[in-house]
Amino acid sequence: MRTQSCIKIKNEWNIVQARQLGRDLSKQLGFQTVDQARITTAISELARNIYLYANDGFIKVEPINDMGKLGLKVVSSDKGPGIKDVRKAMEDGYTTSGGLGAGLPGVKRLMDEFKIHSQEGVGTEIVAIKWLR
Amino acid sequence: MDSPVIAHLKEHKDKIVELWMKKMDEAAAEAPQSNINYKALITTNETFAEVIYNYILNDGSSRNLNEFIGRILQFGWPLSYLTHGIQVFRRVVIEVIGGKAENTKELLQLYQQTDAIIDPISNKLIHDAAEQWENTVYLQKNALMELSAPLIPVMEKISVMPLIGTIDTERAKLIMENLLEGVIEHRSEVVLIDITGVPIVDTMVAHHIIQAAEAVRLVGAKCILVGIRPEIAQTIVNLGITLSDFPTRSTLKEGIETALKMTKREIVFIDQEGSD
Repeated sequence: MRTQSCIKIKNEWNIVQARQLGRDLSKQLGFQTVDQARITTAISELARNIYLYANDGFIKVEPINDMGKLGLKVVSSDKGPGIKDVRKAMEDGYTTSGGLGAGLPGVKRLMDEFKIHSQEGVGTEIVAIKWLR
Repeated sequence: MDSPVIAHLKEHKDKIVELWMKKMDEAAAEAPQSNINYKALITTNETFAEVIYNYILNDGSSRNLNEFIGRILQFGWPLSYLTHGIQVFRRVVIEVIGGKAENTKELLQLYQQTDAIIDPISNKLIHDAAEQWENTVYLQKNALMELSAPLIPVMEKISVMPLIGTIDTERAKLIMENLLEGVIEHRSEVVLIDITGVPIVDTMVAHHIIQAAEAVRLVGAKCILVGIRPEIAQTIVNLGITLSDFPTRSTLKEGIETALKMTKREIVFIDQEGSD
């Protein structure tokens, strides 16, 4: 199961495509309904961030195995404007697009591991992992 | 008046078709299409060659070609099969008749004439395929819009909007419009938004629902969000979204009961004997 799937995010339908991919893979890996919903929602948030802020980018979804511990890794990468203040973006209720401002901190809570790397003018990469319980 | 290329095409028909079939075969062996069986491929290749030839020789009568393209696309074969076929045909023709040219100038002429004959076929192919897809997408989009966001008046003062499927920006706009128009048209006091059929609720969907509820409040009605499945409830909490501005219920049934209470009514069971 070393397959990695990658979806290019360019329009709203790609978001649906990306999360369908996440849902299928999480189901395949044996995640429960609630975790499936968590993973799908997290992918939706990440993909929407790409669509809203970076115009285009990629969502990658892959199964991982860390010494017998199975999980699902979601990588979101774009070459967009980057996030000016990552700490602020991780605060609840902070938004620059008039949304709810719950996206990034929400993803962090939905997943088990969350890493964000962003540089202004270069792009953003977010890696999030959910472990199978 | 036949151009030299047409004459050549007529003369070497057998050779060209044979070579073309061979090349198509090789290509199929290299990259097998799982959904196409080999036997069907061979017969289709034969028809394909016949159709191309018919089109070229009976200049202008494209009925067979149209039919063929339509059928191939309907079967769900990839467009690449057709475009590849045309490309191979061009290569084969050049290969076979190119040798007849006596000098470079003549060769170039042959080449240009071949292009002039084959280009319209591939243009037509792509045009037809694109048209068919556009048509399908258009029809589906329309069908989707019709299903999009209906507001159903279930009883006096109470309306229900069942939402099924993914909510994108365009649909969110429709939901808002239909909701407000419907509330005023049906004089609803309570509107139930049922999200049982919405696969996931992320911040964007939640945001649209909150905005819709707020808009409904502004026109003097109340909104109840129903059909929140357990896993959706958990992801909403995880995301840190507060939906406390309006009542929420797990099922439509409970939502209707609440709505009745809000409009100071209730469902009473009629006495069995009394109803006779």
